[in-house]
Amino acid sequence: MMEKSLKIVVLAKQVPDTRNVGKDAMKADGTVNRAALPAIFNPEDLNALELALVLKDMAAGSEVTVLTMGPPRAADILRDSMYRGADSGILLTDRKFAGSDTLATSYALSRALAKINPDVIVAGRQAIDGDTAQVGPQVAEKLNIPQVTYAEEIINLTDSSITIKRRLEHGFEVVESPFPLVVTVNASAPNCRSQHAKRVMKYKHAKTPSELQALNSDYITTASGNKDYLKIQEWSVADVDANDVELGLVGSPTKVKTIENVVFQAKDSKKLSSSDADINELMVELISSHTLG
Amino acid sequence: MNNIIVYCELENGIVADVSLELLTKGRELANTLGCKLEALVIGSNLSGIEKDLALHGADTIWVADNKELAPFRTLPHTSITCGLFEQEKPQIALFGATSIGRDLAPRVSSALHSGLTADCTSLVIGNHKDNKSGTEYTNLLYQIRPAFGGNIIATIINPDHRPQMATVREGVMKRELAATPGLGEVKVLDYSKFVNDTDLVVKIIERQIEDRKINIKGSPVIVAGGYGVGSKENFKLLAELAEVLGGEVGASRAAVDAGFSDHARQIGQTGTTVRPKLYIACGISGQIQHTAGMDESSMIISINTDPDAPINKLADYAITGDVMSVVSKMIKYYKQNSK
Repeated sequence: MMEKSLKIVVLAKQVPDTRNVGKDAMKADGTVNRAALPAIFNPEDLNALELALVLKDMAAGSEVTVLTMGPPRAADILRDSMYRGADSGILLTDRKFAGSDTLATSYALSRALAKINPDVIVAGRQAIDGDTAQVGPQVAEKLNIPQVTYAEEIINLTDSSITIKRRLEHGFEVVESPFPLVVTVNASAPNCRSQHAKRVMKYKHAKTPSELQALNSDYITTASGNKDYLKIQEWSVADVDANDVELGLVGSPTKVKTIENVVFQAKDSKKLSSSDADINELMVELISSHTLG
Repeated sequence: MNNIIVYCELENGIVADVSLELLTKGRELANTLGCKLEALVIGSNLSGIEKDLALHGADTIWVADNKELAPFRTLPHTSITCGLFEQEKPQIALFGATSIGRDLAPRVSSALHSGLTADCTSLVIGNHKDNKSGTEYTNLLYQIRPAFGGNIIATIINPDHRPQMATVREGVMKRELAATPGLGEVKVLDYSKFVNDTDLVVKIIERQIEDRKINIKGSPVIVAGGYGVGSKENFKLLAELAEVLGGEVGASRAAVDAGFSDHARQIGQTGTTVRPKLYIACGISGQIQHTAGMDESSMIISINTDPDAPINKLADYAITGDVMSVVSKMIKYYKQNSK
């Protein structure tokens, strides 16, 4: 029986939607028009949020905090998380983070996590803008705690351990780990619950201090000024006691030497219709050229 | 010292294909650099494992053999790998971009503060000049990988930290026996020196691994479906065409994400790279994420309702029409004409 309540942190990232690089997102020269890509909640981080909310449902009194590192506009995904069931959000933002590779990012996140001291850290397996799947395990190593990657389902929860089913290439594994730990969640895990209308009403005025500053003072006092749950925390490098030399470009062992845009080279293709005659002729051609058979 | 180490993972007690592919690439890089190629195998009951590794070019084979080390668990494998790297100081370390390699390599890179590039599609030795400091570097590992949904190709380097670490997916590099076998000298790693009790806190309760039945990499014909196929049910018709033509079914990432097909069948940058004689792309729009894994196919047929789908630029034959109807006709007319 689970009697303990858990402090749960979800690591989430706002990413450009690289999955839908449609025709309008390509420039005339065949390169990507980044400005045309919408910023979205990284898909597997939503699976991670759901898993965290399931944990909260299983362990009464638990709290789910979403932590994101990014520019000020990343506060959008923190509000989105609250609409879906998260209790609070923290935005880790500082110009000194710019240019961080996965290792510098995991360092920054691990400093913030050390301040929170959670029982369970849940993250998406990977973010679609890089597909590296590195930050989860790198954070676990920096905090010197176990990791369970590719999680799909919570099988059991006790006061001292969590049992998780994890997806592998050709099967699955069920593992049991003590707390604290890092869990990374696979896309095959359940989708995140939707935004809840009542929660949207409750949290729509949740703002970071910088967002409040940009608004007029009436708004601050009337809408969100004196309610604690509407305050999205904003942490800088100094707030998490991080070392500058381990951050940003300086703190990143990997450097980008060159970037090449991929441009489609058109082939001379033969156009066919879906008529019986066309398909029949094609199959005859493939057989006689020994491409088939 | 300063050699290349390939972490060799095991599948049912034998060395995984991806690791042998990495040894083949590692051998080539070691020849360019004039250093040794070393293999690291961590598992249980490993006697005789060195033979295949030597044939693929390994000069030294580091073996950690203990019942606690199989199946793979993150923490003990991390401790041994980090311990060996600290002792041997390799200049390059390569891992498969598998559920094991993608779990282990970032952990190791974090512990050693060395850079790691995921899912490289090409590894080349080259030089670099840092324009700011003017420092010149020779013989760095260029880690070349797609990024940003595959729309850019980035060359990543780790100028100042060692080892230079990279992961590579299965099927991306070619696997070949070395022209001259490696020395194959076995060096045993002392389990108790590297692993302590806190590394064993995560327990494996249950494990079910299926034998690999799917071999899309080696199939001469691939019938691949994208999101445009519409459903898992519709994929059955693709399977029928594949069976009739003596091929396998493949899928785009969008189709796999939507649950129409298994990840084992995924083709593209985050799946397998294939080079079949014939590739039939059904309802696949042709994002670079996908085409990077199939554009070396000898012949490409595209079936799409959109006559301007990007995939048509790669296709030898571009059929405009409904996937289900065209695939049915292909089955029918192949059967009629092949007799």
